[in-house]
Amino acid sequence: MNEITDASATTPAAAAVALRGIVRRFPGIVALGGVDFDLAWGEIHALLGENGAGKSTLMKVLAGMLQPHEGSLRVGGEVVRLRSPRAAIARGVGMVHQHFMLVPSLSVTENVVLGLSRPRWLLDLERAAGRIEELGRQVGLTVDPGARVADLSVGEQQRVEILKVLYRGARILLLDEPTAVLAPGEVEDLFDSLRRMAREGRAVVLITHKLDEVMAIADRCTVLHRGRCTALARPTGGTTAAEVARWMMGGADGEAPASAVDGVTPAPPQPPPAAHRGEAHPVPALEVEDLRAAREDGTPGLRGITLRVAPGEVLGVAGVSGNGQSELADAIAGLRPRSGGVIRFEGRPVDGLGVAERLGLGLAYVPEDRGGVGSAGSLSLVDNVALRGYRHPPVRRGPWLRWGAARRQAETCLRDHDVVHAHAAQRADQLSGGNLQKLILGRELGCNPRILVAAQPTRGLDLTATAAVDRSIRDERARGTAVLLISEDLDELERLADRVVVLYRGRVAGEVPGGTLDREQLGRWMTGAGDGGAP
Amino acid sequence: MIRVERRTHVPRWLVWTSPVAGILLALLVGSALLALAGIDPLAAYAAIVRAGFLGGAYALSDTAVKATPLLLCGLACALAFRANLWNVGAEGQLLLGAWAATGVASFWLPGDTPRLPMLLAMGGAAALAGAAWSAVPGVLRARWRVNEIISSLMLVYVAARWNNYWIYGPWSDRGFQLTPRFPKTAWLPRLSDWASEVPAFAGLTVHAGLLVGLAAAVAVWVLLSRTGWGFGVRLLGANERAARYAGVPIRWRIVSVMALSGGLAGLAGACEVSGVVHRLQENFSPGYGFTAILVAWLARLNPWAVIGVALLLGGLLVGGREVQPAGIPLMLQGVVLFSLIFCEAAIRYRIVRSTPPDPGLVGGGDAR
Repeated sequence: MNEITDASATTPAAAAVALRGIVRRFPGIVALGGVDFDLAWGEIHALLGENGAGKSTLMKVLAGMLQPHEGSLRVGGEVVRLRSPRAAIARGVGMVHQHFMLVPSLSVTENVVLGLSRPRWLLDLERAAGRIEELGRQVGLTVDPGARVADLSVGEQQRVEILKVLYRGARILLLDEPTAVLAPGEVEDLFDSLRRMAREGRAVVLITHKLDEVMAIADRCTVLHRGRCTALARPTGGTTAAEVARWMMGGADGEAPASAVDGVTPAPPQPPPAAHRGEAHPVPALEVEDLRAAREDGTPGLRGITLRVAPGEVLGVAGVSGNGQSELADAIAGLRPRSGGVIRFEGRPVDGLGVAERLGLGLAYVPEDRGGVGSAGSLSLVDNVALRGYRHPPVRRGPWLRWGAARRQAETCLRDHDVVHAHAAQRADQLSGGNLQKLILGRELGCNPRILVAAQPTRGLDLTATAAVDRSIRDERARGTAVLLISEDLDELERLADRVVVLYRGRVAGEVPGGTLDREQLGRWMTGAGDGGAP
Repeated sequence: MIRVERRTHVPRWLVWTSPVAGILLALLVGSALLALAGIDPLAAYAAIVRAGFLGGAYALSDTAVKATPLLLCGLACALAFRANLWNVGAEGQLLLGAWAATGVASFWLPGDTPRLPMLLAMGGAAALAGAAWSAVPGVLRARWRVNEIISSLMLVYVAARWNNYWIYGPWSDRGFQLTPRFPKTAWLPRLSDWASEVPAFAGLTVHAGLLVGLAAAVAVWVLLSRTGWGFGVRLLGANERAARYAGVPIRWRIVSVMALSGGLAGLAGACEVSGVVHRLQENFSPGYGFTAILVAWLARLNPWAVIGVALLLGGLLVGGREVQPAGIPLMLQGVVLFSLIFCEAAIRYRIVRSTPPDPGLVGGGDAR
């Protein structure tokens, strides 16, 4: 335990929250193995840890959504039992979830008062709207109470979620990865208002993966590793990001953490090899010209995108989600019909070709939605490794599938990509997110692709898995594969991309060379500021 | 304190417990209902078991006769359900298959056609007719996302009316509501056909349709678990978006699975008219195609298990005949279905006992 004892730690009685020895088990695993957690009034406390470390479980215990099997909770010095979220909010503990729980067709005010048991009979929306506005002014979260939620940006919707919790009288705020959905500029705004809430005496817990955010905002941070508290650190007190990263991975144990830490603190940017620059290469491996495609709902998703990726080049695609990234990836993979433009693989137009044919031409695709698109959860790992290659030898012979070959292929893939699993016949939905992603990546790279499209390949992954994905993408680049890397994580793009384009409303808003990115410029492009914007 | 919580994972042994528990529960509920109707449940069950399974060669032969259409239709349902396509119209596909087989046997081929070509033509026509009938909901679903449960079910009633038109009209035998009897060459061979050589076979009506059904079970198993086509079907059933991503041509696969499923049900119709009734008449099927949904489900969509379940329910139908007029088999089928649905849901939960927590220490209790 790398406990940095804190002289100024508040006594339990005065603390906002004091959790002692919290144990929470799920079938087969101990999610929390006796965790202590302290939160003082007026502080912003970051809760860090890899996936599955127990961060969300701990916060759900505090928010009354899960009951601990052992341990005690004190809120405001008082021993409490929180049997439901309602009981938690009555004690002033409110949680803002990563996935918003708003009704799009209702107004902000209606969403905020939704589900309140009071007033019982007559609802005075005017008054509620006034209070929401006032609350918003207090903490610096401005949002029009009369606006329909469907018309709000993601950042604004998040403000509504926070206001919802504050309106219910929360003095202790739990935020689950709040920055995951925000553009860089919006992150700053959010942090400003969080600081303001802390100054007013509220207490804020911030669950996050991102170390730079912790360093930027947290007064203290608690690091969880495998259901245990490994460190309590004070970013403002000289703890460095590298130290925290090491604690997240459970201390120094060999090579993996070191390389992962290297992945967290922006690596020295690799100079893009001149020969690999897209413009210079005669025939780009992947070429997209004036591509247009509709979204699910029929509205335009891509409004004329032109991209070129040379062999051995990583083209990063940045942008706030929903600006055409998934339509772009699906259109290239053949999963979405285009309404205009051309896609070429190594100079050859592929527009008439289906998913299987494009696969045959050397396209690997790591989709954004691992469980929903990239794998079939109820089928075995063998089935999932065979998922994309089952049409070709060695798995296929004539109309027949050769399961012996498929099993050998799966075992090789699982071993080579360090997929932690019980046996090859287990169901894919029993894998953790990181291991599932390693399986998907291993499967896609197993076909020796010449083009790789990877959408949000490290989203939600822990540092070790992220490092593994990074390594695979670098290896592909070195092998001469053209990589289209779609990501919202600027650190990731900084680590891997030779060039970065920004998508905004289905168009390319701008392009910069790789390496250290001008985040302010990217942020402006991502939010449509400064380029006249789209309709 | 006893609470019910959702399982995160259903263990393998429990998966097979559900149908067994469903049947046991059905017997229990069934006996309560029988007792209410003034019938001794134990005596009724004993009569059913005796008549369906223990009554010697005759009982087994009768059971196999009833099991044959259940087997073929059960495979039809299992195949479609595996692809997450809810073809509940096997009954209609069976009716249309019977119609086509009748047309071949009595009207379209000369009566002196030799037996083998005659039977093959009947089977082929029946499979095609059933396939065409189920391809309609398949195409509607593939092209316009029309719910196949509704469309396939509706087509059952259309098929029944269609058959009636032919039975009452153009194909009527001297005005009776049935078609003329098939020529002998259109009869599937029965065990009793060899009674002169093997006296023990006398009166055994089990026919070659059972072999067709068994062969179909093997074929469906091979198709699903050993071919690329079948892998695509399983992918489609497990996760349609993943199947698309894997390059499975979704629309074609939907239509072909539905057609194949209907073809199997159509074959069941041919076996029934050719092996049992030897003509087309109204209500020759007591709803085999509907019972088949239950068969497929009890068998957990496993083609091998469909064989066993079909025999089990076939025996129930035969035994039920013995204990008329209580309408017991139908009642029991309904109860089995409901018990099964209940057990299916129940295995996803478990009962947890937890000690009440002492104040301050928080124990037990998931609010999940």
